[in-house]
Amino acid sequence: MGAILVFLERRGGDVKAASLQALSTARRLADSTGDTVAALALGAGASSAADLAGAHGADRLLAVDDAAFDLYVPESYAAALAEAAQSTGCDTILLSGTSMGRDLAARACARLSTGLLTDVVELERTAGGGLRGKRPVYSGKAYAWAAIPEARPSMATLRPNVFPSAVKDGRKAEVVAVAAPNVAARAKVTRLTTPAAAEQDVAEASIIVSGGRGLKAPEHFSLIRDLAEALGGAVGASRAVVDAGWIGHAHQVGQTGKVVSPSLYVACGISGAIQHLAGMSSSKVIVAINKDAEAPIFKVATYGIVGDVFEVLPKLTEAVKKVRGS
Amino acid sequence: MKILVCIKHVPDTEAKIRIGADGKRPDLAGVKMIVSPFDEFALEEALLIKEKGAATEIVALGAGDEASQASLRQALAMGADRAIHVNDAALVTADALTRAKALAAAIREESPDLVFTGKTGVGDDEGQVGPMLGELLGFPHAGAVVRLSVDAGAFTAHRDIEGAVEIVEGSLPAVIAFDKGEHPPRYPSLKGIMAAKKKPLAVKSASELGLASGAPLVVREKLELPPARPAGRILSGDAGQAAAELARLLRDEAKVI
Repeated sequence: MGAILVFLERRGGDVKAASLQALSTARRLADSTGDTVAALALGAGASSAADLAGAHGADRLLAVDDAAFDLYVPESYAAALAEAAQSTGCDTILLSGTSMGRDLAARACARLSTGLLTDVVELERTAGGGLRGKRPVYSGKAYAWAAIPEARPSMATLRPNVFPSAVKDGRKAEVVAVAAPNVAARAKVTRLTTPAAAEQDVAEASIIVSGGRGLKAPEHFSLIRDLAEALGGAVGASRAVVDAGWIGHAHQVGQTGKVVSPSLYVACGISGAIQHLAGMSSSKVIVAINKDAEAPIFKVATYGIVGDVFEVLPKLTEAVKKVRGS
Repeated sequence: MKILVCIKHVPDTEAKIRIGADGKRPDLAGVKMIVSPFDEFALEEALLIKEKGAATEIVALGAGDEASQASLRQALAMGADRAIHVNDAALVTADALTRAKALAAAIREESPDLVFTGKTGVGDDEGQVGPMLGELLGFPHAGAVVRLSVDAGAFTAHRDIEGAVEIVEGSLPAVIAFDKGEHPPRYPSLKGIMAAKKKPLAVKSASELGLASGAPLVVREKLELPPARPAGRILSGDAGQAAAELARLLRDEAKVI
């Protein structure tokens, strides 16, 4: 009988939703082969994740209840994950494809000398604990299917918000207290700063309103912010306006920015350079507002308005407030 | 202080991707190849540290086929002092750990104080090599770094994560993988391009570095294009009418608001 190990990412004591999606996926994969699922949580109060882990499919929760693990310590986290892999005898490890999950997975993969599939959007378990997954490459301009046939434990990070979270109430995970690994880490996260104005991150938002060069000047981003606020969404931007210094890089959508797939993406004054399209064309619904009817963005748009962003955006913000209010 | 910067040779971010004859890899015939943009950010940071007088030598390191030397020449033209090429065509399509091991073998011979990479090589989009180098070399690492300061054998890095910034503090030697930060990479000057032709570029084979060829850890099975999006609808009327119709469609038809 095999086992799947899932890393639970915690921030401020809370387990990230993307980790619960990975855990639910592990349960689904394990059920088809009669395998067990173990979860690993680190940091003070780690064992408090037991009910949540159990409900999402963990049979056991390995808890390193140690405040030295409250913030990310790459070397120690990788050692803890590798030790948990050995103690559980798992043949597969899953993590969420978050900033931490992807970073940790790679370091642990080298420690375990195995194979890792990054940011999968589809995942299958193959004979003897192998994995086969589909993952976006060239920022979503193509998808690659890749497999880990021999190396064990096979590893994968799962793209957030692609795999469903599944809860079965009343299921509890058995807590196993685990000692912290004996590693003298030479780098660690000492502080976490969150921006004063808690802006939604485009990487996690289900609605994004993005602005491009068609806005003509940085102060006109207020039109984008107004619509984003009316929709309850995040503010995105094209590379051109980020490079021009109109808005920070954290907002950039595209191949050298963030690759996003929200349920609604509104592109305003963005022509649709191939590197921007690569970052957003897997969005469920795409709206394009642009003066140029020939702009490539209209080729991927679900709905398009050929018009001036300065005229359309205020009207659209008003119309959105109206339909959302009713 | 010596800084080693890993340089990956990748298809241009503006390139259209076509599926190659084997159905597993893209057809790169006629596609312009570039230094992976995140590696350019890494190189720019290294050059700025040298210009401040805190580093004495910047070495560009690449692994891949002969063609990938073009990106090392580009790094030399931007200002790297010399380059090392691990010449092995198999590394172009090898899995990340195999590539990281090849780079690590070349890095060990150099004993640098800092190893810089991009947070990911665009194209494969894995972001595995930076953290792997840390583990293989026995160095600490910081990934997705947007700001770095180095002082007296220690570093402080700002790392962008979902909705927050992590401040990472650590000691040298270390591996730093860069995200896009505050310093846009420089364009090589004509003088830089001329000088690059004369700068040393050492070529090492996999066997010289003692690299063993084993079974691949990750096997590429297929490359496919995303499904085409269904044709969209252009909303007519004046700005007010089109906006009102759009809001209604988003609520009633698409059901996303």
